[in-house]
Amino acid sequence: MTEQFDVTTTEHVIVPGERAAYTAVFDEKVRADAREVIDRYPDPRSALLPLLHLVQSVQGHVTNEGIEFCAEQLALATAEVSAVATFYTMYKRNPCGQHLVSVCTNTLCAAMGGDEVYKRLGDHLGVGHEETAGTPGEQGSITLEHAECLAACDLAPVLQINYEYYDNQDSTTALELVRALQRGEKPPPTRGAPLTDFRDVERQLAGFFDGPGAEAAENASAAAPETVRGARVADEHGWTAPAMPDHAELPPRPDDK
Amino acid sequence: MTDAANPPEGTNPLTPVLTRRWLSPRSWTLHTYEQLEGYSALRTALSAHPDQLIELVKAAGLRGRGGAGFPAGVKWGFMPKEPSKPHYLVINADEGEPGTCKDVPLMMADPHSLIEGCVIAAYAMRAHHCMIYVRGEALHCVRRLHQAVREAYESGYLGRDILGSGFDLDVVVHAGAGAYICGEETALLDSLEGKRGQPRLKPPFPAQAGLYACPTTVNNVETIASVPYVVNGGSDWFRTMGREKSPGPKIYSLSGHVENPGQYEAPLGTTLRELLELAGGMKDGVPLKFWTPGGSSTPLLTADHLDVPLDFEGATEAGTMLGTTALMIFNETVSVPWAVMKWTQFYEHESCGKCTPCREGCFWLAQVLERMVDGRGTEEDIDTLLDVCDNILGRSFCALGDGAVSPITSGIKYFRDEFLALCERNRSTETADTALVGAAR
Repeated sequence: MTEQFDVTTTEHVIVPGERAAYTAVFDEKVRADAREVIDRYPDPRSALLPLLHLVQSVQGHVTNEGIEFCAEQLALATAEVSAVATFYTMYKRNPCGQHLVSVCTNTLCAAMGGDEVYKRLGDHLGVGHEETAGTPGEQGSITLEHAECLAACDLAPVLQINYEYYDNQDSTTALELVRALQRGEKPPPTRGAPLTDFRDVERQLAGFFDGPGAEAAENASAAAPETVRGARVADEHGWTAPAMPDHAELPPRPDDK
Repeated sequence: MTDAANPPEGTNPLTPVLTRRWLSPRSWTLHTYEQLEGYSALRTALSAHPDQLIELVKAAGLRGRGGAGFPAGVKWGFMPKEPSKPHYLVINADEGEPGTCKDVPLMMADPHSLIEGCVIAAYAMRAHHCMIYVRGEALHCVRRLHQAVREAYESGYLGRDILGSGFDLDVVVHAGAGAYICGEETALLDSLEGKRGQPRLKPPFPAQAGLYACPTTVNNVETIASVPYVVNGGSDWFRTMGREKSPGPKIYSLSGHVENPGQYEAPLGTTLRELLELAGGMKDGVPLKFWTPGGSSTPLLTADHLDVPLDFEGATEAGTMLGTTALMIFNETVSVPWAVMKWTQFYEHESCGKCTPCREGCFWLAQVLERMVDGRGTEEDIDTLLDVCDNILGRSFCALGDGAVSPITSGIKYFRDEFLALCERNRSTETADTALVGAAR
C-alpha cells in the first residue's frame, strides 16, 4: 500500500472538453447505479469504496475521469478520492486485462509452490507484478499480480482469477489455466461462481448481481474437501458437540432482579 | 446436537457446532438453515430483554474469535443502554491474517448463521444498522451474503418489525478493496466511512465514538456466528466445551505440510498433537520444524510445543498468542529466515504508513532480511533486526507493528543458528547448498 504510483495524486483539473468525455463514459445508467449505492448508507461518503469498484466495472481501472465522477457524486475533492483510490490494492491505476490473475506468494503458499507458480506465469506471459499481457480489455488479455494471503491456506497454493478461487495449484496446472484464458476460454474455478471477467466482478463488488451467470453464482457450491474435512471426520466417528438442553435458561430479566 | 450417546465425562475430539451444517446439501440457503434449527435462537432472543442477552454472552465466556480474545459480552456491555445517537454493529469479515482461512469458508457454507447472530447482537446492543465489511478478494462470500441478506429480508428476519417483535434492523454487505490493515477495527471504521483505512487513536473506543462518531461494536464473523448457539444452548452448555477461561468450540485451520489440511472444529484447549492426529499427521512423514498457533502475527512455536493447550491462556503461557487459530505448519525443508523474510515483506507492504516505527521499521527489517537470505548478511544484522523490532513493538500506533516483529523475534529465539548459518555462508562464499527453500536464492 505504501508504493508510489506514477500517476500524480494531486488535484486533477477538469477542462471543459474533458467533462464532456467523462459524462459520455459515466452515462445516466451508471449515475442511477451510483445513486443506488449511495442510498445504501447512512452517510454518503461510505459509498466511496463501492463507487470505485463501480468505476472499475465501467473502465477496467480507476481513471482520472472515474475519480472526478466519484468526487462529483459524493461532493468530495478529487484529491480526497485519489487519496483513497491509491491506498487500496484492488483499485488499479493502469488499464487491466480482461482477466486479473492473482497468485498468492505469502509464506505458506510460497513454501507449497506459490513462488514457482508466479514465476512460471510471469515467464510465460512476459510480464511482472501488475503488468498486462495483451491489449488491456481485449479478450484473452491478462494482468498478473502477486497477492498477499488469500485466506485459503488449507488449499495452498492458491491463485485467483477475477477473485474466484483456483485451489491446490502447481506451476503446470496454473500455466494451463492461463493458456486457457488466452485462448478465450473460461475454466471453471475450484470454488465459487462460473468465471466471467474483471469488469463483471467489479460490478458485483459494487453490490450489483445482475450480470450474466447471476443464477449460477447463487447455486455454486463452495465447499472444498478441505473445508469440510473436520466435519467429515467428526461425522465418520459419530462425534458431535455435547447435546443442548431442551430449554436453555437465560439470565434473569433486569427488572426481575 | 441431540446425541444422547455422548459420553458424559468428556467431550469428543471434534465438536462441530459452527461447522455442523457444512456437510448439508445447499447448506448456504435459507431453506436448509431453517430445516436445521436456523433462526430459532432469534425467536428466543427477541422475546428476551436485550440486557439478558448481554449477560448470557458474558456468562458463556464467549471470547472474540478475531485474534484478540476480548470477552464479547463485556464488549457489548460497553454500549450505552439508553441510545442518544444511532448505534452500529459492524462485522469484521476482512479475513487477511496470513494463515487464517476460517471466516471465508464459514460465510460461503453457512452465511445465515452470521446473519442470525447479527440480528441477535444488534438487538442486544440497541443497534438498527449492521454493516458486514467483507474482504474484497472474498468475492464469493460477498455474493453469498448478499443472497442470504435478501432471503432474510424476504422472510421477515431483517427489515421492519422483525418477527413481529417491533425491532428493526438493516444489514448492508460492504466489500473492501484490498488492505490488510482494515482488519484492525478502527482502520476498518475509517475505511467504512470511505477513507483510507488507517487506525484511530484509542480512546475514544468504538463503543463511545465508532462509525460516524456513534456508539459502535466491531465483532469478528466467527464470534457473531457463535451467538445463536449460545442462545439456544445456554451458557452452561457452551462451557461444556473448552477450558474455564476460554470456553466453547473453535475452528482450527490446519495448513501447510500436513497430510489432510482443512478446517477442524474442536474445543478450545485442543493441542497441535491432537489436531495433527486428526489431520493424518505430517505430510509424507517429514518432521515438523515450526508452526504458528494463530497466524503470522503470533510468535512461532516448534516441535517442542506440540502439547501446548491451544486456548488464550495456554498460548500466552507458551510465549505466543492464540490469534485466529490459523495453524500454519512447516516441515524441516523450510528455511526459517526465508519464511520470516516473506512475512516481513508482507508487513512492509501492508503497513498503512500512518506511524513511523511501523512504516520505516518494516521497510528496513525487510531490507536486512532480504540481504541475509541473499547470503550477504553478517552476524551484526541479527542484532540490528532485534534492535529495530524493539523500537517497533509497543511503539507503533496499532497492533500491525507488534505483529510484524513476532515472526522475527520468535524466529531468532528458536532458530538463531539458522540465521547465523546464513552469515557463515557469506564468509565462505559457498552458495552451492540449496537444500532449504529460498535460502540460497
